[in-house]
Parts: sequence; structure tokens; C-alpha cells
Amino acid sequence: MSSVAVIDYGMGNLHSIVKALQHAAPEVDVVCVSDADSILDADRVVFPGVGAIRDCMQALDQSGLSDVIQQVAKSKPLLGICLGMQALLTDSEENNGTKCLDVFAGHVLHFPESLKDCDGNSLKIPHMGWNQVHQLQQHPLWKNIPQDSRFYFVHSYYAQPDDAALMAATTEYPDAFTCALAQDNVFAVQFHPEKSQAVGLQLLKNFLHWDGHA
Amino acid sequence: MSLAKRIIPCLDVDNGRVVKGVKFVDIRDAGDPVEIARRYDREGADEITFLDITATHDNRDTIVHVVEQVASEVFIPLTVGGGIRTLEDIRRMLNAGADKVGINSAAVFNPDFVREAAERFGSQCIVVAIDAKKVSLAGEPNRWEIFTHGGRKPTGIDAIEWAKKMVDYGAGEILLTSMDRDGTREGFDLPLTRAISEAVAVPVIASGGVGCLDHLADGVIEGKADAVLAASIFHFAEYTIEQAKQQMASRGIEVRL
Repeated sequence: MSSVAVIDYGMGNLHSIVKALQHAAPEVDVVCVSDADSILDADRVVFPGVGAIRDCMQALDQSGLSDVIQQVAKSKPLLGICLGMQALLTDSEENNGTKCLDVFAGHVLHFPESLKDCDGNSLKIPHMGWNQVHQLQQHPLWKNIPQDSRFYFVHSYYAQPDDAALMAATTEYPDAFTCALAQDNVFAVQFHPEKSQAVGLQLLKNFLHWDGHA
Repeated sequence: MSLAKRIIPCLDVDNGRVVKGVKFVDIRDAGDPVEIARRYDREGADEITFLDITATHDNRDTIVHVVEQVASEVFIPLTVGGGIRTLEDIRRMLNAGADKVGINSAAVFNPDFVREAAERFGSQCIVVAIDAKKVSLAGEPNRWEIFTHGGRKPTGIDAIEWAKKMVDYGAGEILLTSMDRDGTREGFDLPLTRAISEAVAVPVIASGGVGCLDHLADGVIEGKADAVLAASIFHFAEYTIEQAKQQMASRGIEVRL
């Protein structure tokens, strides 16, 4: 039986992600863990998160999990979700600048103020709801997910990698931003697959069968 | 390509059963919340909101069980409102599997509660529910006030100012209910919806008064709502969520089909 560790570092509620992983692949052992050994023992690792990046990085640094995640990023399939994705960049402009884990070279930026759609209506921040995910590359995690499927988002910041080749998908709000990143055995998404119904469960299922090679 | 406008069916839950009253009287039993939530998920609901109207404190656990059950098989965002008064109430709902909580009266009695809740759990899960009622007379400029106790008690607080304040305090979304329209099936209060939506930067969910599918589209087009919430038109299977989405799409609104 293969196993997946969901990293529990006190940032947000893991109920949904655990249930969704169990639902997506009942044959996989899903564990919610906060200690280095259990994370390093698992075959795959999910790094979720909601809230503010400074609290997130503080929690990771204090618990020693920053090093563990960086180690996982070099060794086995890792899926970053929402704040978990943002924490994998070099730094974020949230909370007056926060140093992050630097797994993906790049920055996390706030959506510009007073965005307008094509009809001149103000766009709301946070970007909340179901938006289309435009796949930019073939990847095992996109298997059986139609191009431009809608996933559920809720965020005010977005990742911008230095190297455009890492972009696995973009979403428009109103300009295209990076909503998925891929590099070797690491995949990260800004949206919430655990809240994105059938396509979200498919992505989780793909991750749980992924060997870490593009 | 852009962000879809959301359709959110709302389940008013009393002692573990879905009910829907017209202006809080004549409550009709609409069935088992878990079964109904499953159906809405299948039909393509973008989120589901549970409003706990259980009067007695002892029976509050029933809603926790409902949320737990739904969250283990329905993978779309879930919101729970009704009786959320303490950080512990919020924690309990989130642990049961809710993604957001709706804070209503507690925000009016203690606005700092919204700030504390947003700091503790993040704005993304704090929905402030606003019950507003028109207080201006015919011929006067529109003015709406916040009401509590199911629309019976005026507070003297201006609805637009209140919405702005709640966003400053950390609300990630506003659930706006017109107490004049709730249960009437006459459609949303569109000027109210538009005034609030244009006043705040966060998404606004229009609620109260939906009687037919065109009302939903009106809420988005004229009311500038980011999401529309309805209860009774979906409970009794008058319309499916899918029909509602087709109707919105036919009026040029982007929806998740």
C-alpha cells in the first residue's frame, strides 16, 4: 500500500484535503502528520495551507519543517496547494516581504488594486470562485482533465516564477497569472483541488499515482 | 474566459432537517440535508450554504454532524451560518469540514469578533451575513439599515457603511439578504445588491427573494452580485441547479457548466 503524508503545521483545516485524497484513491494510506520522520517515510507528500504567509513560514521554521519540505522537494512527489504553493517560491510580498522556501525561483505578488474586467466592472479581491485552468504543458497530473476546466480558487496573491518554463498552467483574472507550477518531482497549484469536484479529485488521483517524473 | 458567477443553494436546517419558511412562518419540511446536498452537488452547485436555524442550544450538534457527513462526500466549498458566536464555534465548524462560516448577529453585537476571527482563521473563511431592510420612504434617496432577530429589530446602522466596515475588519465575503424580499419570491432587492457590491472590494452574494430563474441572472447583471443564493426554488425541485445555470448562460453570464 502506498502512502501520502499531508503536512499538518497548524495552518488551516486539513479535513477536506484528507477526505478528498481518500475519496480519490481509496487504496492509498492517507496520514496527517507534523513530524519529520513520518513525512520523510511517506511515498508522497501534500503541502497545503491557508492564511497569511508570515504565520505559515514562522510555523514551518519553528517546527523545523522548512528543511524537511526542502528535502522532500529533492526526493519524492510533492504537491503544494494554495498557500503551500506560494510558500515554495523564493519570497512573497505579503506581510511586507516574507522569505519563503525557494523550491521554485520566483516571487509571490498581490493582485493589482482596481482591476477591471472587459466590461469595466471592478474585479473583486480575493479572486474567489471557479475559474478556468489553461494547461501549458503535458504533465501526468493533467491526465484526464480537459483543457480549460474550472477549478475553485480563493486567494489574493499569486506566484510568478523567474523561469516561464516552470509554468504548468495559467488562469485569467483579468490577465493571465500562473496557477500551476511544475519542476521535476514537485507540482504546485494555486487552486483547491479538494474543493473542485470531479476535476479536482482527478488531479489528486493523478498525483497519488505519479512517480515524480514529467 | 473569466471567473464564473456562482450559484449557491442554501439549506435552512432545523434540528437536522431542511426547512424553508416564508418570512419565517409556514415552515415546510424539505427533507434530509445530506441527501439534498448530494443532489445539488450532482446538479453542479458551485458551493453549498447551510443555515442552522435550530433554536435550542442543546441541538446545535446536529448541524456539525450534517456538515461532517456532507464534507466527506461532497467536494465543493461548504459554508455554515447561524449561531456562530465564538472562535470555538468557528473552529468546530471548520473541523467538521466547513470551508467558511457566516457571522451575522454576533458581528452586529461585537464587530471585533469579525476581526479576531479573520486574524485567527484567515479572511477567506469569514463570511459576514448582512440582513438589510429599506428604511427610506418613497421619494427619498434609497437607504437601508441592518436588522437583527430575523428582520424584526432595527439597529440604526446604515447597510452600506456596515458592509465597508466589515470588510475593513477582515470579512472575505458578504452574504447580503434583503429582509424585505426574503421568502417573497419577488426577486432580489437589486438597488441594494448593487449599492453594496459596488461599495466593497470583496465578493458579494445576493440573497432573499428568488422566485424564478430570471431573478438569479438579474442579481448578477443588474445587482452586480458575484454569486447568487437561493433556497426554496431548488428544494422542492421546481428547478434544478443545471437549469438555473443554463438560464444564466443564455443571458450572457459566465457559469461553470
